[in-house]
Amino acid sequence: MTDRRIDGAPGGVDYIAVEESAPFRELKRRQRSFVFPMAVAFLVWYFVYVLLSSFAPDFMAQPVFGAITVGLVFGLGQFVTTFAITMGYVAYANRRLDPGAEHLRVELERAERGES
Amino acid sequence: MNEIFGTVHAAVQTVENNPILNISIFGAFVAVTLFIVIRASRNSKTAADYYAAGRSFTGPQNGFAIAGDYLSAASFLGICGAIAINGYDGFLYSVGFLVAWLVALLLVAELMRNTGKFTMADVLSFRLKERPVRMAAAITTLAVCFFYLLAQMAGAGGLVSLLLGITERVGQSIVYVLIGGMKGTTWVQIVKAFLLIGGAVVMTIWVLAINGFNLNTLLESAVAASPKGEAILGPGLQYGANPWDFISLALALVLGTAGLPHVLMRFYTVPTAKEARRSVVWAIWLIGLFYLLTLVLGYGAGALVGPEAILAAPGGVNAAAPLLALALGGPILLGFISAVAFATILAVVAGLTITAAASFALKNDGQPQCDSNFVSLRKSSAPQARQW
Repeated sequence: MTDRRIDGAPGGVDYIAVEESAPFRELKRRQRSFVFPMAVAFLVWYFVYVLLSSFAPDFMAQPVFGAITVGLVFGLGQFVTTFAITMGYVAYANRRLDPGAEHLRVELERAERGES
Repeated sequence: MNEIFGTVHAAVQTVENNPILNISIFGAFVAVTLFIVIRASRNSKTAADYYAAGRSFTGPQNGFAIAGDYLSAASFLGICGAIAINGYDGFLYSVGFLVAWLVALLLVAELMRNTGKFTMADVLSFRLKERPVRMAAAITTLAVCFFYLLAQMAGAGGLVSLLLGITERVGQSIVYVLIGGMKGTTWVQIVKAFLLIGGAVVMTIWVLAINGFNLNTLLESAVAASPKGEAILGPGLQYGANPWDFISLALALVLGTAGLPHVLMRFYTVPTAKEARRSVVWAIWLIGLFYLLTLVLGYGAGALVGPEAILAAPGGVNAAAPLLALALGGPILLGFISAVAFATILAVVAGLTITAAASFALKNDGQPQCDSNFVSLRKSSAPQARQW
């Protein structure tokens, strides 16, 4: 069932070969080398925050200045890191991922039209 | 305290006795959105149009629609209420709901778009044995939609009891879906996200202005108004009894969002993976901004309305944001905010309905129904499908 679709790919392009080709592998490696460490980092930071809130409420309730507590600062810090990671990923993807992906796509579309 | 409670209670009474204003604002909103849906439906012809809006939305448009889908009644009414009553523990929701979007951005959105399918089941059966996968995916989608709808309906019920005194509105969202398909519902979400965030911005600036644009002053007056005092500034009021409750909730928040069927479906409405990425980035900014506002709105409701008055109002915790609107801008702002909040519920219901429909219809006769479009669809998306 699944094989039928892959084998019957339009334009007779050998996608398995494309998947194993060097440019595709390089693209995949670049994407994963950014995404996986970043995913681990933000999840760890998030759970540090959650665990502190759960098991060290007194520490989180300490005032930093005025009525603003450690917990509130950490919470707002989560917002800051989320925005920063988002912007970082967009910059990385625009610079390191999109050119390669675009190149592969153009080539595949040409191959599909039989102009290889 | 009794005095404030008395005035708010009286105001609620006036509003309840004056539902015409609420209903007319609400009716205008429905008329505008239905108009948009009907206009959008003129171009809905193929399955790709109906279920994935012809993949024609730009990143920013889709980002607004995602924000619209996501900032549901639970987000707006629930989080404002939770912060107003329990302070810090309500804010934990905001953080979880926002950070969850990094999972969607980094791990899910672009890859989902690249498969060029309509539903989760299509994606999975692309690689795996088709029949059992489709069955499992359809059942989980329907289960998630059912419980999500249940929560939305509960929120709607609370709001209705505060405001309008009518209950039969479920049919309306189904009308949206039937007429407009995904394109129509997407436009409804865009308009709604715009109004909801706009309303929240206005209320936030208003609350801050009252407190001299000083977050510290706001927090201090919230502490003064709360019977729990300074406890609302630290964690523990809502989940202090059993920390594992909160850890399990935090896990569900951060990992669950990227799996919500109606959110996943939004990644199919854009033409390329790059647009899918842009739409998530827009969604993150909009949602992040909104959750920062809920912090001010929640503590503002605690300070200006007071936890006791909120809990005593019809609708309970969910009434915090509408009551804050009432305290700030009188019945007109209340009518506007509630109409937007209520339309939020309708729009989310619409989004969920179309997701459930897609998972079910494409499951039962998936091949026949989309075969004719499948070929043309693949032509345009197949190259991207193997990019990664």
